[in-house]
Amino acid sequence: MAGRKFGLVFLALCMFSFIFSGCGGSSKESAKSTINIWYWMTDRDAPLQQLAKNYEAKTGIKVNFELFAPSDAYSQKVRAAAQGFNLPDIFGVLGEKRDFASYIKAGHVLDLTPYMDADAGKWRNCFYAKALEVNEFTSAGVYDVKPGVYGVPVDIMTIQMLYNKSLFKTLGLNPKKPPVTFDEMIALGPKIKEAGLQGFVSGWGELWMIDCFANNYAFNIMGKDKVLATLKGEVPYTDPDWVKVFSIFKEMNNAGLLSKSIITMVNKTAEQLFANEKAVFAFNGSWCVNVYKGMNPNLDYGAILPPKISEKFPMAIWGGAGSSFMVNARSKNKEEAVKFLQWLTDTEQQAYLAQETNNLPANKNSLSKIPEILAQFAKGMEVATHPNVWGLSESSAVIEAVDKGIQSIILGEKTPEQVAADVQRVKERELAKRKK
Amino acid sequence: MRLKSTLENYLFILPAVVIFSVFYIIPFFYVFMLGFTDWDGIMPAWNWVGMGNFKEIILQDPNWWQSMLNAGWITVIALTFQNILAFLLAWACDREIRLKNFYRVIFFIPPVLSEIVVGMVWRFIINDVDGANMINRTLTQIGLPNLVHNWLSDPKTALTTVAIVHSWKGFGWGFLLFLAGLQTIPRELYEAARVDGANAWQSFKNVTIPLMIPVIVLVAILTVLGTMQAFALIIGLVGGELAGHTSVPVLRILASMRGSSRFGYACAQAITFGVVLIVISFIQYRFSKKAKA
Repeated sequence: MAGRKFGLVFLALCMFSFIFSGCGGSSKESAKSTINIWYWMTDRDAPLQQLAKNYEAKTGIKVNFELFAPSDAYSQKVRAAAQGFNLPDIFGVLGEKRDFASYIKAGHVLDLTPYMDADAGKWRNCFYAKALEVNEFTSAGVYDVKPGVYGVPVDIMTIQMLYNKSLFKTLGLNPKKPPVTFDEMIALGPKIKEAGLQGFVSGWGELWMIDCFANNYAFNIMGKDKVLATLKGEVPYTDPDWVKVFSIFKEMNNAGLLSKSIITMVNKTAEQLFANEKAVFAFNGSWCVNVYKGMNPNLDYGAILPPKISEKFPMAIWGGAGSSFMVNARSKNKEEAVKFLQWLTDTEQQAYLAQETNNLPANKNSLSKIPEILAQFAKGMEVATHPNVWGLSESSAVIEAVDKGIQSIILGEKTPEQVAADVQRVKERELAKRKK
Repeated sequence: MRLKSTLENYLFILPAVVIFSVFYIIPFFYVFMLGFTDWDGIMPAWNWVGMGNFKEIILQDPNWWQSMLNAGWITVIALTFQNILAFLLAWACDREIRLKNFYRVIFFIPPVLSEIVVGMVWRFIINDVDGANMINRTLTQIGLPNLVHNWLSDPKTALTTVAIVHSWKGFGWGFLLFLAGLQTIPRELYEAARVDGANAWQSFKNVTIPLMIPVIVLVAILTVLGTMQAFALIIGLVGGELAGHTSVPVLRILASMRGSSRFGYACAQAITFGVVLIVISFIQYRFSKKAKA
C-alpha cells in the first residue's frame, strides 16, 4: 500500500517537473561554440544558412540561424524573450527608436562603439553613415541612452516611387521621362483611368507607409527643421504647410490616381498588382526588387523619387538601415557574436548577400556589382532620412491620428483642414500629458 | 497519521493548483496590476499611474469607444441575422428531411475554419481590386449594375460586410446548440398540441420557443462574448481598422501593445473590456432567469 502511494506521489512529482521543464530558457545553456541568432527575413533564409556553414567551416564556431516570421510575430517573440531574459546571442529590434532605447536601457543590447572604433574605425567606416545612424544614439537625443552604436546594419533600404515602363509605353508616354513634378503626375490620372488601369498602389492599409509618404512631402514642402519643430510642438499641425501635405492625398484621389482599395491594401497585394502590370505606379521599399523578381521576372520598371511639389526644399525619402542585428549584452558568447557580425558585414559576405537576395548591402564597398534597378534605389540614399535618426519622435497617438486622418481624406469623409485640426487636438493632448 | 494523509492529499492536488495559479491566477492579477502602470513591455521597471490609464480610456479615447460601438453593431447582426439563421436551419434539420446529416456537416464547416482564412477567402470573393470580384460580377450579370459597390473600402458598407461574413462563419455553433436543444424536446408535446388542434405556427410558438429559452440565452451569451472579441476576421477581410470604421476593441488593444508599446494602457483596456463583457453577460443571465420564471 505504502509502495503504491509512494509511486503515485512520485508520478505526480514527475508530471509536475515535466510540465515545467519547458519553461526555462534556451540560450543560456547553449554551448560556447554556438552562436544563436533569431531573424525574420524569410527571403534571406537560404543565403544566411549558407553563410553560417561557411563561418563554421572557417572558424569551427557553429552559427544557428532561427527564422521567426512574419515580422510582427518576430517582434512579439523578441519582446517576450526580453521580458524573460531569454534572448539569443544575436537578435533584431523591429519598431520605433524608443522601443530600441527601452531594450538598451533594460540592459539587453551590447554597446558596439568600442568594436566599431577599433583599428581607427575600420568596422564603422565600411558602412553607409546613414545605415549606421539608425542604430546610433547621440547625446542630443531624447531617449536617455548612453551615446553609442548599438546595432549592426546587415543591409540598407530606401522607399521610393516605382513606375512601370511597359505601361508607360502603352499609355503613349516616354518610359525614359517619368514625372518629375507632382502636377505632372496628377495630370496622368485621367489617362490611366481611361485605360482601365490602377494608378498608384501601396500598402496603405498597413498605415506606416502612409506616414512615410506624407513625411516625404512634408520635408519637400516645409523642410526638415519645420517638421522637427512640429514634433517638438512648436509648429501646429494646422499650419498651412501641413494642410498642404494632407491635401496631396485629396488631389491624388480626385485625379483618379489612387487605387480604389488603397486604404485597405496590404503591401503584399500592392506588390502583386504592380508585378502583374495592373498598376502604373507603386510606392515601395528596395526589398521589392527581390519580391517582383519572384512574381514577374520580366517586369520592366524604374525607381524614382516621389515627384516634388515644391522647389523650396529637397524631396526626402525614408531610408537607411534595412535590417540590423543587435548583440545580447547578457550573452556569454557576446565576443564571438561580435566577431561573427564583423565577418557577416565584411565585403565578400555582403556582396554574396546582395547577389543572392537583391537587397542593398550595408557595406558600401560591396556595391560595385548590383543590378541597375538596385543602383537606382541605392542612389536614393543621398536624400534618405528616417524618423529613427531625427533624435526625437512623434507620439504614436499623433502618428495614428495623421494616418487615419489621411485615410479619411481619401474616403472623402474629411477635408485636409479638418484632419489638421483633429491631429492638432491629439497633439495638444499628448503635449499636456508629457508636461504632467 | 491523519495529518500525513491530509498532506498526501494536498500533494496530489498540488500540480493542478500550481498549474492553475501559474497559468490563470497569476497572469490575471499581473494584467490587473499592469493596468495601473505605464509599462512599455520591455523595461524591467515601470511607474505607477494610478487610475490614469482608466481615466484616459473613459474620457480621452474616442477611438476606444468607437471600437466598442463597432463591435456592438457586429454583435447586433450576429444576435439577429446569425442566430435566426442558425435557429431556422436547426429547426429544419430537426424535422424528417432528406440529407439532414449531410446538412449538419456542411453547416458546421465554416466555424471550424480559421478566421484569417475565411477573411482572406471572402476578401477574394468581395473585393474588386485584388479579388475575383464575384459579387459585383454577379450583380452585373443579373441586371443590377447599380448595386455594384466597393463593399470593403466604403466606410458605409465595410462594417456591415464584416458582420455578415462573421455571421456566415459563426452560425454553425448556434446551429449545433439549437439542434441539440430541439432534439431534447419530447415529441409527445408536439403530438399533444396537434391533438388539441394547434397548427405548425402555434406548436412552434407555444411548445418550441418556451422550451428553447435556456438554449437561446446560452447561444446569445456565447454569441456576444465571441463576437465582441472578433478581430482576426477583420484583419483578413479589411487589413486593419479602415480609418476607425472597422476597429474593434481587440484591435485597439493590439494597437496599444504593438503600435504604441503601451502595455500598461493595453492592460487597462483589456480590463475595461472584460468588465463590459461581464456586465453584458450578467444582464443576459438575469434576463434569462426572468424569462424562465
